[in-house]
Amino acid sequence: MTKKIISLFLVSWICLSAFAKEIPAKPNPPRLVNDYVNVLDAGQQEALEAKLKAYSDSTSTQIAIVIEQSLEGDDDFDYSQRLAEGWQIGMAGKNNGLLIYVAIGDRKIRIQNGYGLEATITDAFSRRLIEEVIKPNFKQQAYYEGLDQATTFIIQKASGEFVNDDFGNGSGEDSFIPYLIIISFIILMFFLSSRGGKGGRGLHHGPSPFMGTFGSSGYSGGSSSSFGGFGGGSFGGGGAGGSW
Amino acid sequence: MKTSNIILLVFGAALILLLFNGCSSYNNMVNKQETTSSAWAQVENVYQRRADLIPNLVNTVKGVANFEQKTLTDVINARASASQMKVDASKLSADQIQKFQASQGELSQALGRLMVVAEQYPQLKATDNFKELQSQLEGTENRISVERGKFNDAVKDYNAYIRKFPQVLYAGLFGFDKKGYFEAEKGADKAPEVSFE
Repeated sequence: MTKKIISLFLVSWICLSAFAKEIPAKPNPPRLVNDYVNVLDAGQQEALEAKLKAYSDSTSTQIAIVIEQSLEGDDDFDYSQRLAEGWQIGMAGKNNGLLIYVAIGDRKIRIQNGYGLEATITDAFSRRLIEEVIKPNFKQQAYYEGLDQATTFIIQKASGEFVNDDFGNGSGEDSFIPYLIIISFIILMFFLSSRGGKGGRGLHHGPSPFMGTFGSSGYSGGSSSSFGGFGGGSFGGGGAGGSW
Repeated sequence: MKTSNIILLVFGAALILLLFNGCSSYNNMVNKQETTSSAWAQVENVYQRRADLIPNLVNTVKGVANFEQKTLTDVINARASASQMKVDASKLSADQIQKFQASQGELSQALGRLMVVAEQYPQLKATDNFKELQSQLEGTENRISVERGKFNDAVKDYNAYIRKFPQVLYAGLFGFDKKGYFEAEKGADKAPEVSFE
């Protein structure tokens, strides 16, 4: 009798542990910043989206952010790996996608990067980024600041500009210039795309080649085109995680 | 004469059909086999990555005064025997994969013990070098589980394909044999627990 009860327990435990959280459907229209719990306000989401889209347009490296309430008991690594692989963040062949996954309720964060970024975004870098940049901000519920600074460092690191291995203390001074570059880049993009819309051979006229994966994704309400969609990147499990 | 002609015709048509089908499924089998070997190459890569971390880890730990020697030698020995275990990538037989998994599993265990013991040395735990190694080791274990999963998926696809009709008729003939899987963890081969706090 006891054996039966034990085996029943075992079976139900196995059933429970085999349960894995379903990943959300790919965003449609495609977006890089997906905050399902709205810890970021609309303006912050747009600012991050614009910054990451500009970076993806110029380098094809796709940095996606997903914020959810809870992992529902699933393993943070396992889940974010499935999510990144399922959404196919990054380009096929280049595998240059990166996912920043945040489970607000579980206070857990993971950075998951594709094969193509393993050489630059090392696990040690991701870990230090989480420890030294993201955690201190998240502890004060400064989610936007944490994600904004973190993505700036990731962009610097991926483009080889982050060399002195120093995150600073998040003081505004040293992170001012990259912002300036990004903002001027966005303005430039905006200028070029609006010129292209008038019939000239613009840089961003018409659907991007990656739009096919999403069918008719079209344009967002704004004047600049929206992010074209994830392109088939694959992930090998690189990255780091932590909880704040 | 007529019936024998018809029979001949039917047989001929069937033969041609089978031949054409054989060609395409042969190519498919080759493709799927290639997928399994490239997935296997990735598996070996990530295990190699772990093996490459060990000398650095051992040196870091060695530097700590009176560190428990046995756990260290266990890791070194397990690494040596695991790196000797080679799998024939063109066959990937169940037997070989099982042996590979067992020898790597021993290394996992030895590493797990080393990390647990290391937890008891605060002067070690606090060093940047050790923290960095910890995160690298954790990342490597994650990669191992990912690549093993991808390999199993590729093998599943291949094994299912060669056992389906009509491939099953010629798979054996051309030497396409069933390949082995990584088995689910039984606790013994669990990735070492590495925590940051």
